[in-house]
Amino acid sequence: MSENFFYHALKIDHKICYGCTLCMRNCPTEAIRVRNGKATIYGNKCVDCGECYKVCPSGAVYVAQDDFDNIYNFKYRVVLMPSVFLGQFSEDIRASQVYSVIKDIGFTHVIEVEAAVMTHTKLTNKYIREHEDKKPLISTFCPAVVRLIQVKFPALVDNLIPIKAPVDFTSIYIRKKLIDEGADPNEIGVFYITPCAAKIAATKSPVGEAKSTVDGVLNMDTMYNMVYKQIKQHKEYDKTVSANDAPSDSILFALTNGEKRLTHCKKSFAIDEIHNVMDFLEKVENDEIEDLDFLELRACDESCAGGILTCGNRFLINDRMTQRARKLADRERNGETSRRKEIHSQEEFLFANSAVAKIMPRSMMVLDDDISIAFEKLTKIKEIAAKLPQTDCNVCGSPSCHALAEDIACDEAKMSDCVFMQRNLEMRNSLKVEESVEIMKKIWGEEKIKDYVLKK
Amino acid sequence: MHNEFKVVEGDFANAGKASSDIKKTLKQLNIDNQKIKKIVVAVYEAEVNAIAHAYGGTIYVDIDQDKIVVVIDDVGPGIPDMDKAMTKGFSTASAKVREMGFGAGMGLPNIKNNVDELEIKTEVGVGTEVKMVVNFQ
Repeated sequence: MSENFFYHALKIDHKICYGCTLCMRNCPTEAIRVRNGKATIYGNKCVDCGECYKVCPSGAVYVAQDDFDNIYNFKYRVVLMPSVFLGQFSEDIRASQVYSVIKDIGFTHVIEVEAAVMTHTKLTNKYIREHEDKKPLISTFCPAVVRLIQVKFPALVDNLIPIKAPVDFTSIYIRKKLIDEGADPNEIGVFYITPCAAKIAATKSPVGEAKSTVDGVLNMDTMYNMVYKQIKQHKEYDKTVSANDAPSDSILFALTNGEKRLTHCKKSFAIDEIHNVMDFLEKVENDEIEDLDFLELRACDESCAGGILTCGNRFLINDRMTQRARKLADRERNGETSRRKEIHSQEEFLFANSAVAKIMPRSMMVLDDDISIAFEKLTKIKEIAAKLPQTDCNVCGSPSCHALAEDIACDEAKMSDCVFMQRNLEMRNSLKVEESVEIMKKIWGEEKIKDYVLKK
Repeated sequence: MHNEFKVVEGDFANAGKASSDIKKTLKQLNIDNQKIKKIVVAVYEAEVNAIAHAYGGTIYVDIDQDKIVVVIDDVGPGIPDMDKAMTKGFSTASAKVREMGFGAGMGLPNIKNNVDELEIKTEVGVGTEVKMVVNFQ
């Protein structure tokens, strides 16, 4: 557990956390424990899905982001804006107004991430055609899903499509465009507005890539506040700015079915929400589903519209995006706007820069690389688990009795951490009540025990 | 390490419990992924066979550092013609079972392809014991 494979943007503020166990109980990969009264994340088990952030009642779980003022380190300040950002704003706010206001708050260039979708899709379809042997092919769009597969379904790592995400394509494109226009590469800063923590983590330590394609990440809720404030204050904005980056069928890419719709496959599925994804991957891993071609898997319910940093209801966001796509499609039909955008002329260049390096399995399940030690531990886990009360009460600071058994076998917890065991040992005079209290203090911190005594 | 699972006649809805449990254990032991896949496919297939044809039975799983041994012991009609049963595409499954997506006649041949040792003891009218072994090395 010592070596950390991944960067995580999800963090827990121990000054705020009061150890309620809600995050621990809801973590799909059992990556959280309570120690010293505070929730603690095991870095190699966490996949950045954000379930803990969603359930935290105190706001102790937060998403670290780059300082906004970092943008001023650059002369050319580009923001990569996902379409889902526009879905945050109510219907009476036009996309072009949001574009314009973003420029007012400090950026020199705005480009919609989905501008690159058609190029990305072309490449994905080509990859699918050429890799019959690796089916089912799994999209790498959702970074939480990629990490989930690395840690929990390592057998499926080779099924992941090793192509960068549309955001990387857009970033590479805009950088090249600016350089071609004479900009100094060191003066270009590209920033991405993210709807979730997983995208930040993926940007800071990209899976299978050496260097990130962006210079910084801005949280969607922060950006929403900045932009919405300007709009609410009725600040004047430049009405000549147009929002015309992506064709109509591209702007729904980040919603559920967005990729599936564009992929040329006979049998494909679009599955959202992390538990649904895990259930389905179990089946895929067992070869239970025949002739499966392609899987679009997203950790959040309603995909990126349900990202933890989005503002407002995910179904409303989805609807606004769908409406926008419909209106855009009408305009395309009437010849008011072209489906062909400037980015398409750089297709060859993007293709050449699209590959990610090999994605490695990072199994969190393996008890030890040496099978005899792993076997010993596993035997121990089974023995311990059989003795535990199976109440999954969380009082030991682990998410379940079984997780405690694993923690004990890996020397990260003790049998006497279990409150039932404590009673048992006390009854047999092998543990003093004072010792039990000390154990509880280690798990729950001084304060909780003190308060409890006082209340009595 | 020993584990047992019950097989209930006709209960396809709950097929896969044994193979899922085995999968988790083998992942923890750092067994090669492709090997795990083969074992899971074989056990699942055998489990479905027993659910489809037998009146009930038990799956015994024994795992040690070198190998996994899975025995599926059922009370059932037995297999009258073993050669036929090992032929791809041969199936005695009823229309109802086929409708559920099972009974393609790939069961035993598929198991054989995925394991190192396969031993089948059967007695018509009494039952069948399928024993499969996969070595980890």
